[in-house]
Amino acid sequence: MDAIVFWIAAGVAVAAAVNLIIQARPINSVLSLVVVLFALAVIYLQLSAEFIAALQIIIYAGAIMVLFLFVVMLLNLKQGDEEGRRGVLHSFGLLLGGAILLEISIVIRLFVPSAIHPGAQAITSNFGSVGQIGRLLFDDYLLPFELTSILLLITVAGALVLAAGRREERE
Amino acid sequence: MFELRGLIDTIWGWIAGLLADIGLSAGLVQLIGYAIIAAVLFGVIALVVLFLVWWERKVSAKMQDRLGPMRVGWHGIIQTIADAMKLLQKEDITPKNIDFPIHFWAPVITFVAAFMVYVTVPFGKGLIVADLNVGVLYIIAITTFTVIGLLMAGWGSNNKYALLGGFRSAAQVVSYEVPLTLSLLGVIMISQTLSLGTIVGQQDGFFKWYVWRQPLGFVIFWIAATAECNRTPFDLPEADSELVAGFVTEYSGMKFAMFFLAEFLNMFTASVVAVTLFFGGWMSPFGPDFGPSWLWFFAKTFFFVFVLMWFRWTYPRLRVDQLMGFAWKVLLPLAFLNILLTGLGIYIFD
Repeated sequence: MDAIVFWIAAGVAVAAAVNLIIQARPINSVLSLVVVLFALAVIYLQLSAEFIAALQIIIYAGAIMVLFLFVVMLLNLKQGDEEGRRGVLHSFGLLLGGAILLEISIVIRLFVPSAIHPGAQAITSNFGSVGQIGRLLFDDYLLPFELTSILLLITVAGALVLAAGRREERE
Repeated sequence: MFELRGLIDTIWGWIAGLLADIGLSAGLVQLIGYAIIAAVLFGVIALVVLFLVWWERKVSAKMQDRLGPMRVGWHGIIQTIADAMKLLQKEDITPKNIDFPIHFWAPVITFVAAFMVYVTVPFGKGLIVADLNVGVLYIIAITTFTVIGLLMAGWGSNNKYALLGGFRSAAQVVSYEVPLTLSLLGVIMISQTLSLGTIVGQQDGFFKWYVWRQPLGFVIFWIAATAECNRTPFDLPEADSELVAGFVTEYSGMKFAMFFLAEFLNMFTASVVAVTLFFGGWMSPFGPDFGPSWLWFFAKTFFFVFVLMWFRWTYPRLRVDQLMGFAWKVLLPLAFLNILLTGLGIYIFD
């Protein structure tokens, strides 16, 4: 049963990811990305990380993807707008993607033995629970957490400045 | 007495026995069980929605001194079924220059997302399909899919009114989701859990209902939930006088019906969340053992649905700028204040 659910979720994720790349229209790519994120959430659920799965859907599929959709719809990119640069970008992207794939497989082979071998350590019953993650975030990793929020605040302020333009221009 | 859990267990025991006798394996029997649960849940919720459509017409009629549907069945009670049959038989008109896959999947996603919420709702004592330990977050997560459905409908229709409706709707739902989620945080802080079953279990008595400890939280939640359902006074996405019918403009027949039913279902969902988190869920005001629990649940939920209908036929519509300003400048600070007060309360009293 677990295996069936995993293979369906993984298959959907990979198919949607491929579809994301080959689609010519940006809007279809964004919607494919939503499917990828949803399939990943299902896999998180299987790894008994319910909290991460819920966050994955709320934040990525819910908020960030809606933002992407907004941007794509407002810019209203037509098919072929980016045609000129495609050839160079494609080969560069393929090269980069291949390099990352190689790197990830090397890392998994060398440094994460417990993740693929059977007989790995069993997880505790409250693994990935809201309480545990909250304790980690607000106790052990408080400084990085707060630094991230300051970084986000700076981003918001920067976006506002860019969007509002210079004062002389507006008047 | 009158609890459904025992009855369901008996019937399922009988069916499971039958299935085992034919020689099905235990895993297969369990799988069939899940399928039956899903089908029954779908059936019950679909009936509730059909009833709500009729009820809304009756309530609006009474408020405007009319009779409403009277001819099909007793006081028009099966009018909705007749309407649904009509919509099923109608020709499905798809405009020419639409983005077909997006146009096609938008109502499906909206409809399915509206139903998926009910997996983790406690309908009565022991009547819960899956008491997830992230129940509240699950409901919030699933309802966000409605936004994607609306945006897809707006974009896929290739119609300026639909697109404007979709944009408005997405902006509105995303904005009001923030105070909505934050207003639920107060209850979660007090109850120390995200599981809906446990939250209901803690409210065993009239004065233990969380609304008494979270009055501000409830008011914020209820306003934001009204906006999430796109109900008047927040029905800008399909403001008929400005946008024809908003994102549903280019939908006809069964696809239109799916949007329509999903909207009513979202209304029911908002009431369910209000009842479960703030008004003791299936608990009666006199403790857990007074009368059938599922009856209390539905009575309370229908009361809140009625309040939503009451809003719709009483208030005029807001303007777009008022709508966004209200979410970010009034509701959001109030939600933060509520969290602060709740934290102080827990610090002082516990």
